[in-house]
Amino acid sequence: MSARERILQRLASAESRSPLPLPDVAAYYAAHQRNEDAAARLVRFRTAIAAAHAEVHDTDDAGWPALLCRIAIEKRLRSLLVGGDTADAGTLANQSQLPFALRSYDSAAPGWRNELFTAIDAGLTRAKSAIAETGSLVLWPDSREPRLMSLVPPVHFVLLDTRCIHADLHGAMTAEDWSSTLPTNALLISGPSKTADIQQTLAYGAHGPRELVVLLCHPTGAQS
Amino acid sequence: MDSPIQAVRRYPSKPADVYLFATCLVDQFAPDAGLDAVRLLEREGIRVHFPQAQTCCGQPAYTSGYPDEARAVAVAQMKLFPEPWPVIVPSGSCGAMMRHHYPKLFADDPAHLPVAEELAERVFELTEFLVHVVNFQRADRGDPYTVALHTSCHARREMNAHLTGHALLAGLDQVTVVRQVREEECCGFGGTFSLKHPSISEAMVTEKVESLRATGAERVLSADCGCLFNILGRAEYLDKVAACSKPSLPGEHIASFLWRRTGGGEQ
Amino acid sequence: MTQPLHFHPSEGFAARARAATADPALRKGFRGAMDFLQTKRQAQFTDAAELSDLRDLGAAIRRYSLSRLPELLQQLETNLVANGIHVHWAENADEANAIVIDIARRREAKLVIKGKSMVSEEVALNHALEGAGIEALESDMGEYIVQLAGEGPSHIIMPAIHKTKQQIAELFAAKVPGVTYTENVDELILIGRNVLRQKFAEADIGLSGVNFAVAETGTLCLLENEGNGRMCTTVPKVHIAITGIEKVVEKLEHVPPLFSLLTRSATGQAVTTYLNLISSPRKPGERDGPEEVHLILLDNGRTQAYNDEQLRATLQCIRCGACMNHCPVYARIGGHAYGTTYPGPIGAIVSPHLLGIGATHALATASTLCGACAEVCPVRIPIPELLIRLRNEAQSAADSGSELRGAGESRSVLVSMIFRAWALMYTHPMLYRIATWFMSRGRALTPTAQGAWTGIRTPLVPAPKRLRDLLAERNSRHE
Repeated sequence: MSARERILQRLASAESRSPLPLPDVAAYYAAHQRNEDAAARLVRFRTAIAAAHAEVHDTDDAGWPALLCRIAIEKRLRSLLVGGDTADAGTLANQSQLPFALRSYDSAAPGWRNELFTAIDAGLTRAKSAIAETGSLVLWPDSREPRLMSLVPPVHFVLLDTRCIHADLHGAMTAEDWSSTLPTNALLISGPSKTADIQQTLAYGAHGPRELVVLLCHPTGAQS
Repeated sequence: MDSPIQAVRRYPSKPADVYLFATCLVDQFAPDAGLDAVRLLEREGIRVHFPQAQTCCGQPAYTSGYPDEARAVAVAQMKLFPEPWPVIVPSGSCGAMMRHHYPKLFADDPAHLPVAEELAERVFELTEFLVHVVNFQRADRGDPYTVALHTSCHARREMNAHLTGHALLAGLDQVTVVRQVREEECCGFGGTFSLKHPSISEAMVTEKVESLRATGAERVLSADCGCLFNILGRAEYLDKVAACSKPSLPGEHIASFLWRRTGGGEQ
Repeated sequence: MTQPLHFHPSEGFAARARAATADPALRKGFRGAMDFLQTKRQAQFTDAAELSDLRDLGAAIRRYSLSRLPELLQQLETNLVANGIHVHWAENADEANAIVIDIARRREAKLVIKGKSMVSEEVALNHALEGAGIEALESDMGEYIVQLAGEGPSHIIMPAIHKTKQQIAELFAAKVPGVTYTENVDELILIGRNVLRQKFAEADIGLSGVNFAVAETGTLCLLENEGNGRMCTTVPKVHIAITGIEKVVEKLEHVPPLFSLLTRSATGQAVTTYLNLISSPRKPGERDGPEEVHLILLDNGRTQAYNDEQLRATLQCIRCGACMNHCPVYARIGGHAYGTTYPGPIGAIVSPHLLGIGATHALATASTLCGACAEVCPVRIPIPELLIRLRNEAQSAADSGSELRGAGESRSVLVSMIFRAWALMYTHPMLYRIATWFMSRGRALTPTAQGAWTGIRTPLVPAPKRLRDLLAERNSRHE
């Protein structure tokens, strides 16, 4: 018998093992639901992620490239990593006079990993959605916006459509039907990388980005 | 299956008769506390019955991993309360043993389980009973005084006695209750723990004594003699080592304090 | 440097505890850390009713998952394999280590970079890899620090909690080439970041633990703040995850409540910086991520706990560490004194299944049963009751029929006789009355040396009259 069979056999023959009823997770979240509109939910998201040390800016679909450039100048960023063949990368490429070098994710290029780890100042990705309860961004990296874009560069910019904010993680999973569509890697990001492993002192930029910059894209015309 | 932490219970109306289960520590080492508990109850018009055959709740064996011995002692106690009267215990730890752990001890013993469960329903810790059943309202007759209260872990987590202890003290106008830091932390007694792991117990009780002294309280009170003996014994020992003649941390059972403050002994 | 297998934590426990309680720096460090973590947790749970409901739900999910454990493990395996993830089963530490070494040899790996994994500590994987000539490097900052120091973690969530920043500053200056002494925490973290970034890029294999494994989707969930877990599971060409068989849940929707309970209970965070859900290796067209992903499912004594209806609750644990953060014993002696991979209350109930109850009985008695652990446990494990049960098993009689490894090994004839005599006295009121009568009348003869009690306290002396005597006198006066 293999280890697998022996383990499973021991488990299956354990004493008094009657199946318990399936817990009603949805009922818990329904009972603890907040009565809030989209504006209140946005406030909750913003407060939570700002408390986790993220920078949050308001903009819209037309305004974000200029805002991004302004922030990049302030932060003295010399290079920005963007996705391959995404609309956002296209929008930036069409801007005249970018204050940084635009670099697309090019894992086939020689020396790419070294460049990614040492020479790129910032990355830009789009969030799929967000979670108000914990101030979390939902990212589903794919071939156009690979996983390391949101991890390796020291500054991470995220574009978030403010219409895609869910109350909590359970709500996001349910509304977006995660259980039948999960990609290779799904992520929640709730602030810049951090650690408190040295005497409980919080330090940012442990292994991932030191700064997380959230660009809230409000529907055009809605931003006051 | 869950621990009975914060369990809410229903309280009866004030009865004419109660049993007192004094506990072995009170009987042998702190009889005055037991007597004051009897006096407090009697003054409220309640007859207190003390079954002479009572000994110990069985907790030492139970927590040491000797359930058979614990069951034998528990069975001997369970026979002593035939009338449906409340059983008052001047110790939250022993009270919790009878209220929460007797039914578990006899979970596989259909002959004794119903008795254990029936008894568990009418076991009350003294301060719990005074607050929730007696509605204790006696006026404070003493001079201004400051005290600190230490509630045993079982009394706190299984009987909510920290709430009732503080409620009783809050009813005494001239008494100021000062709170020690980490009030909810264990004093390091733990029954046989204090003997098996003396260095850890010492570290815990020494910090408890320090935090109680730091309040400046004139007296520490507790509704559990195990903790009280641990804390006071450590404080006295430290006083001796420091050649301090005046006790740095006097203390007593809350029943004795309540009785004295509300005019006991004046008649 | 790593903890040897087949360790006997009970041996020397008293001496380690004594040394720890006598170490003012250790006491101050742990006290400060425990106060900090307790305050942070409390701030996360301001709504007692919400907390209670969430704990009920968390406990129900864990109990449900365990009730269907063999079925869920098979469902998990089927879905992982369908997603392209390799699944391995290991009955013990040696088998788990052999699986990792096999993969490493096949891939000709020289460097394994590790995210935080207590199961890898449990099987002493680093030690095994070293023996096979493969370097294992910890990348969690706390784990990196204790590895540099040649120690093991002293806390399951905060491995270097026992170290001051001055000690870490000295360690880095001594052990990391080109580093000058600094106590600035940001600078210290930057040093670690720079060293480890280089290693992420070089490593052949990334190794991680698993917080939850979802059966219905074939997904591995990892929680972390630093980003090293994402590095380990994304940069190297091979990712190996290792976990105990108890970590499986059936549905993806079982993750949110457990995730919330875990982060809030552990470090008082509403959420960790990252929740990393991994469901497959790199797919065609994807431009990063490992080519191979493996999951090792480890038993190592867990089926023994599972076989017992009461002790099965041990496996509900989601490894938040709240029990140790609130344990007054852990606060006094720290994690290393326990001598086990998992310290504190959870360690005392888990370790007997990993190492045998004979080897670990001292840990079960190193508790006042104060209940602080059970009060904060997010999945409502009745830890004190399990400790009482383990105390019983450790000294059970030969004919008790106990199936636990090492049961009865710690039985003392003297102690069992004392309890038998005690029960005799306390079940015979006449005996009790006579004995206590002699004790109170002979109180002047009470020994002043009462074992460990009077080592640090004044002696306990019986009162001149027992309560029963006082009540009898009073009754006779009234009559």
